[in-house]
Amino acid sequence: MATDLLQIKNLVKHYPSVKAVNGIDITLRTGICFGLLGPNGAGKTTTVEILEGIIQATSGEILYKGKPLGDQFRKEAGIMFQSTALQDYITVRETLEMFANFYPQHADLENLIIRCNLTEYLDQDNRELSGGQRQRLLLAIALVNNPDIIFLDEPTTGLDPQARRNFWDLINDIKSEGKTVVLTTHYMDEAYNLCDEIAIMDHGKIIAQGTPKSLLEENFNDVVLQLPKAELKDFDLSSYTTHERDGHIEITTCDVNEVISALIKNRISLSLLQIRPRTLDDLFLQLTGKELRA
Amino acid sequence: MSFKRFLALFFSRNKEFIRDRSSLSWNILMPVLIVAGFSFAFSGDIGKQFKVGVINESSATLQAKTFISLKHIEFYSVDASDSAISHSIKKVQRHQVDMLLDAKKQQYWINTKSPSGYLVEKILLGLQNKIGSEKQLFEKQTVSGKQIRYIDWVIPGILSMNMMFSALFGVGFVIVRYRKNGMLKRLKATPITAFEYLSAQIASRMILIMVVTAFVFYGTHFFVDFVMNGSHLNLFLVFALGALSMISLGLIIAARIKSEETAGGLLNLFSWPMMFFSGVWFSLEGAAPVMQNIAEIFPLTHVTAAARAIMIDGAGLLDISYHLIILAVQSVVFLFFGAWFFKWD
Repeated sequence: MATDLLQIKNLVKHYPSVKAVNGIDITLRTGICFGLLGPNGAGKTTTVEILEGIIQATSGEILYKGKPLGDQFRKEAGIMFQSTALQDYITVRETLEMFANFYPQHADLENLIIRCNLTEYLDQDNRELSGGQRQRLLLAIALVNNPDIIFLDEPTTGLDPQARRNFWDLINDIKSEGKTVVLTTHYMDEAYNLCDEIAIMDHGKIIAQGTPKSLLEENFNDVVLQLPKAELKDFDLSSYTTHERDGHIEITTCDVNEVISALIKNRISLSLLQIRPRTLDDLFLQLTGKELRA
Repeated sequence: MSFKRFLALFFSRNKEFIRDRSSLSWNILMPVLIVAGFSFAFSGDIGKQFKVGVINESSATLQAKTFISLKHIEFYSVDASDSAISHSIKKVQRHQVDMLLDAKKQQYWINTKSPSGYLVEKILLGLQNKIGSEKQLFEKQTVSGKQIRYIDWVIPGILSMNMMFSALFGVGFVIVRYRKNGMLKRLKATPITAFEYLSAQIASRMILIMVVTAFVFYGTHFFVDFVMNGSHLNLFLVFALGALSMISLGLIIAARIKSEETAGGLLNLFSWPMMFFSGVWFSLEGAAPVMQNIAEIFPLTHVTAAARAIMIDGAGLLDISYHLIILAVQSVVFLFFGAWFFKWD
């Protein structure tokens, strides 16, 4: 049975001009992947950096395995920052060895190298790595101490779709070992695919928290019908809940048959019709009135 | 303090410096080029004026007054204290001064191996003949010693100055760069302590400075046969202490700054005045007292003076203990404040 690994109570971080984190409570159970979602400026990176012990909270309490953050946490936590420079003129292998030597015990480096797919680049200078190679090295550094808890701050930002998929596989692999993962992202598909539990942040507060599925079920019992805007120019939409997105009109309804009948009756072509379930993007839009990608 | 963590940082920083070829070659080439330039510039005969130090100028005898009123000879006043006289006699030995004259006692010192000294003496004796005195009016004292060229005099300063730039920019600038690009923040998230990180940076830079300085010293000595009258071990100690002091100064400057531009400006603000007013290029003896007092604050002044005393005068550790004590105190104070102010991000 999962136990509480990290407890955050009434966490607050105020800067002179902004309340970055405004009283949040989170409990992380051992072995889950917890997603912290929100647009830029929501306060998620500040929250994570407080949890990582990088910045000091204005107030609040953080307990790791029932104790305040300290040496034990620094030895048992793996961290992958949103942007980290690596030392110049040092190879991938030397970088891993350097970080491994920072810890009393470390993971088997050969296994880590294979797992993070770094074998081909071991003797390459850090400066010469591509975006995907670099992210994999940063993940390997985060795993070098064989951590119990791993923080991944927007790990796939800037990666191409293939590299993102590969990265997801790595994260799933880490999850399968029973390690606890804290993931911040603004990619909803990433959160949906990887996270057991999510919290959505806005203006420094958590506005929704739960499993992705339960949050969607709690908030929606409808689906979205999507058609190009041009196709609907002669169709009266006034009796429907609609939303315009990327040149398409989205009609939200609990009765798909009724809407499709109306469209047919008005001789609207259905060849480009798409029907999709509600997503976390919709949830965020509903909760905050903002696009999550903003 | 974990020695394992310290060594990991230490070796990593060394590799970075050694593999950064442009920075490494510049560290070695710059002082060699300066020395070569000076050696070339001062290799020819330079139209010079005779230079005579005068003791007891205010109570000069009539004959001495006649001599020191001659044109085209540079006369400068020397204090009548024993130490000042002894210091000036050393200058005669090194050919830095052509003659030392006690205008009251009518006594003069010349270097028997100095052609300029010989000529000035001829002028003095010619004047005696002109007065028509058959009696020897001026008592001759002879000294001898190898000529100290400007290049001999300036090399200790150039070595010290090169060390200063390497210490200040090599540590200060690098720390600021790593703070700005997030490397320090990443290290903060590991069990590394600030003390371990800073001591590894200091140790790495100390060793690199000493190796580069030794390389430049012996390399330059091979091409320019400069004077080295003292102990190599003593010189090593002076440079090591000087490097520690200036690296620590770099730590203070880099303790909190996040911008490379600000750091560059601040490092220049410290290094340029030191370069010009620490006695690297010219002696501060004739400078205004205020300037001399300000120069006392600079670590470079003490490294240069101590290195010069060892290399030219063959001074022992006791002779330069004043400079060593100042450098040691400065190192401790700078280190304390550098570590105290240090922030990872």
